[in-house]
Amino acid sequence: MTTLHQGAAARPGVDRSLAIFGWLVFAFLYLPILVVVVFSFSSSESVGKWGGFSLRWYEQMLKNEQILNALENSVVVALISTAVATVIGTAAALSLDRYRRWVGRGAFDGLLYLPIIIPDVTMAVMLLLWFTSTGVIPLGRGSITLAHIAFNISFVAIVVRARLAHMDPAMEDAAADLYANRWQAFRRVTLPLIMPGVLGGALLALTLSLDDVVITSFVQGPGSTTLPVYVFGLIRRTVTPVINAVSTLMIVVSMVLVLASLTIQNRTGRRTESKGTDQ
Amino acid sequence: MTLLDERKTAEDEEVNPRLERRARRQESWRGFFHAAPAYVYLTFFFVLPLLIIFVFSFASRSNTGKPLLENWNLDSWTRLADPLVRTIAVRSLTMAIANTVLCLLIAYPFAYWIATRARQRTRTLLLIAVLIPFWSNFLVRTYAWRMLLDSDGYITQLGQLTGLWERMLFTQPAVFIGLVYGYLPFMILPLYAALERMDWSLIEAGRDLYASGSKAFRRITLPLSKPGIIAGSILVFIPSLGAYVTPDILGGAKTNLLGNLIVTQFQAARNWPFGSALSGVILIVMLVATMLYFRTGGRTI
Amino acid sequence: MKRIFALVAVMALVLTACGSDGTTETTEAAGGTTATTEAPPEGIQATANACAEGTTDGPLNLYNWAAYIPTGPLAEDAELDDLLAKFEEEHGEAVTLTIFNSNEDMLAQIDAGASYDVIVPSDYMVVTMIDADLLVELNRAAIPNLDANIAPLFSDPGYDPGNRFSAPYQWGTTGIGFSYDAIDDTNGVSWGVLFDPEMAAPNAGFISLLNDTRETLGSALKYLGYSLNTLNTDEVDEAADLILATNEWIAAFNSSSYWTLLSDGEFNVSQGWNGDFLAEYDRISEYDEDGNLTYDAYEDFGYAIPIEGSAAWVDTMAIPVTAEHPCTAQTFINFILDAENGGTLTNFNYYASPNEAATEYIYEDILEWDAIYPPPETMAILEFFLDLGDMNNYYADAFTRAKG
Repeated sequence: MTTLHQGAAARPGVDRSLAIFGWLVFAFLYLPILVVVVFSFSSSESVGKWGGFSLRWYEQMLKNEQILNALENSVVVALISTAVATVIGTAAALSLDRYRRWVGRGAFDGLLYLPIIIPDVTMAVMLLLWFTSTGVIPLGRGSITLAHIAFNISFVAIVVRARLAHMDPAMEDAAADLYANRWQAFRRVTLPLIMPGVLGGALLALTLSLDDVVITSFVQGPGSTTLPVYVFGLIRRTVTPVINAVSTLMIVVSMVLVLASLTIQNRTGRRTESKGTDQ
Repeated sequence: MTLLDERKTAEDEEVNPRLERRARRQESWRGFFHAAPAYVYLTFFFVLPLLIIFVFSFASRSNTGKPLLENWNLDSWTRLADPLVRTIAVRSLTMAIANTVLCLLIAYPFAYWIATRARQRTRTLLLIAVLIPFWSNFLVRTYAWRMLLDSDGYITQLGQLTGLWERMLFTQPAVFIGLVYGYLPFMILPLYAALERMDWSLIEAGRDLYASGSKAFRRITLPLSKPGIIAGSILVFIPSLGAYVTPDILGGAKTNLLGNLIVTQFQAARNWPFGSALSGVILIVMLVATMLYFRTGGRTI
Repeated sequence: MKRIFALVAVMALVLTACGSDGTTETTEAAGGTTATTEAPPEGIQATANACAEGTTDGPLNLYNWAAYIPTGPLAEDAELDDLLAKFEEEHGEAVTLTIFNSNEDMLAQIDAGASYDVIVPSDYMVVTMIDADLLVELNRAAIPNLDANIAPLFSDPGYDPGNRFSAPYQWGTTGIGFSYDAIDDTNGVSWGVLFDPEMAAPNAGFISLLNDTRETLGSALKYLGYSLNTLNTDEVDEAADLILATNEWIAAFNSSSYWTLLSDGEFNVSQGWNGDFLAEYDRISEYDEDGNLTYDAYEDFGYAIPIEGSAAWVDTMAIPVTAEHPCTAQTFINFILDAENGGTLTNFNYYASPNEAATEYIYEDILEWDAIYPPPETMAILEFFLDLGDMNNYYADAFTRAKG
């Protein structure tokens, strides 16, 4: 695998300009976030003016129960909805790409796009009415999580399908011959092969969940305000630098979550992965 | 998972028509089985709620928003023919297409660069590095851009120095900077997923055959990465069609977009029937377009 | 076979869900109609009527705008009482604060049956909610401060005559914030600096309007000499055309950060709400280590209520019919209407207090501030927003047209 990749990037000129372009894109992606992080350490009341290094906004944030509560809500909702949507979404992608003929496949194919197409506010309104009129699930963290799963499934499925397309099913069949059952074949062969897609889908789901304002603010219940909803309200009333500190904290918390789950996955999957990917 | 375990592999007996039929039935089963969780979930938390919206589009508006389920009419649907709606739709479409093309042009070489990194670990870390900025907060990022683009910012000063632009904030370029920024990861992720699984020995072989690198790229890499391009375009195009917060903050909100139009119906206008009809037509048109795009895209590969 | 079974199971689940859907909706409808009939009140209204002053019946679920009540470090930073903590201490009931970002979001939630004990709707939304039977009539015996402390101007407001369903929380005005370099206000400021091509010319490209159906059309209507609650479609159309023409010289429609953009020099003239401008001017003023003023933003920036008249708005406290703890809710409303707590609220928000008794607790400089407490002659030209009923739709469409 390693040598093959180096082979693809054999021409140094192309490779160098690609690398320069790559780092430029990274600069573009990090420029605004740099502003946010830097000013979160500024003592100035004004969001855009440097007033010397200070941790006062972090101090204020950590004392603010509203923010901490919202952070907790956000993290719980994001973690659960990402995990559930990744499993369901990956299975959905497999069903469409590995199995060509089954009853309802066409309809399912279309159905999966709808949550991506539908405008946020429309989905928000219909879910609110659905939750309140069925009355089974009270508005709160639960309803927010269920709503996030609903849109995340589709995003995960699309990313995983991009990975699955044209993957050789013979590989899995061959594996199925080697291993005793389908599940093992999936665990040892298919999963490692589609892992970059699954990972990409999960990252996207996490990002979407941590950023949703419209749907969340419609299906929230008492005390279940998430961080984006809180920040959205705060930014519209007064822009205080504490928002920069909150955003920085969000980044740190998400990084810890992602890196921790990657480490765990690496540890459990290392042996199988090395067998699976080195063709 | 018990269904899967039941399978007794029978590849070498495929000649037997009975077994083949059985295998086909099993495949059908398995497909349904994998889809079932999503099917059930989306039925409960998407399709059934969606019926509410469908019904609302024929109802009459009330003062609280939630429509009155009486005086059923087609007003909301006929109103879709309003020239203003068409102007707004065309404007949103143009913006979404431009944004998708821009994202593709930037994301492709970028995803290619990441996917060709030698070590798996490097690739994963670079991919995560793409998303880190997006774990902060959408609004905070957009406001940060506004700060970077305002009159005191270096970007505006650079333009004034070179005489290329007087002002950046509240202009069309500012809107596209914000949009490309916001949707770039949606393009990068599927492109990466498609490119990363590429069998690079094919490129190697292709290069031997075609001699020129660009030809090898056109003939092999590009077609093989097509699923990623398709998925990425869909993930960027669809949400940017409904985007309005970024254009409002960075562009000055001087024109309406589809996103504003729909939100207005559900908020200030309290005209949920029209909002529902608008959403309905977007759902139908976009679904058909997406599926066609996927089909034709799939065939030309 | 198994597939059929699975399908049947799914169908059964769907059907039971629909079934429960039907039943809950009928009970809800029944609950809703009780408020309109003349028969003795039942349910939540009866419970609310039975509450005695100062009693509580469970924890409080408060549904409010972000940063609109002093609590936590925001209160600490402003050196003000944490009103939620104070309430918990005095009445022994915990307060859960949930945030909403627009009146319409809140309305949709309440109308769908979401439960909160106290909500903070704006004036025009109170009308809508009363019409839709979504509010509980306040039990005045449980809220003595409502009759004792409220200023006469707010004791019989147009949006809720006699404050039967709502208690005023804060009030403010819509006007023009500007830099003195751009506008000379010695003879008052006209809406023309936004809407008249000649008066706007010097600041072309540096003007902002609110991005808000009622407010933006309202100011245009005022400039034209009409009521901002007009039901005359020709007048609304004329206002919309006026706004459409401003496209030539305004930089942006903005309701969520115009104050920062004004102080940053991105705008010279902005339509906006008084509290937003004043809080911003206060924030950018600088002090040395001893607390002496070294930069006074009020020397550079001003706020004016235009000579043609403008909008005044009131945010209120109300109890939705979905409340579960009406006694705690009324005790909380009474608590906020207390003189000292009312003062704390205004000292935190920079918005005027409808609470007359609170005056002695409000900072002197706030009281003397024309931009917060306008003089009588300005008060006379202010108009409150009323609900438009079926015309909401027309206004929203007109505003959509005005932006093209």
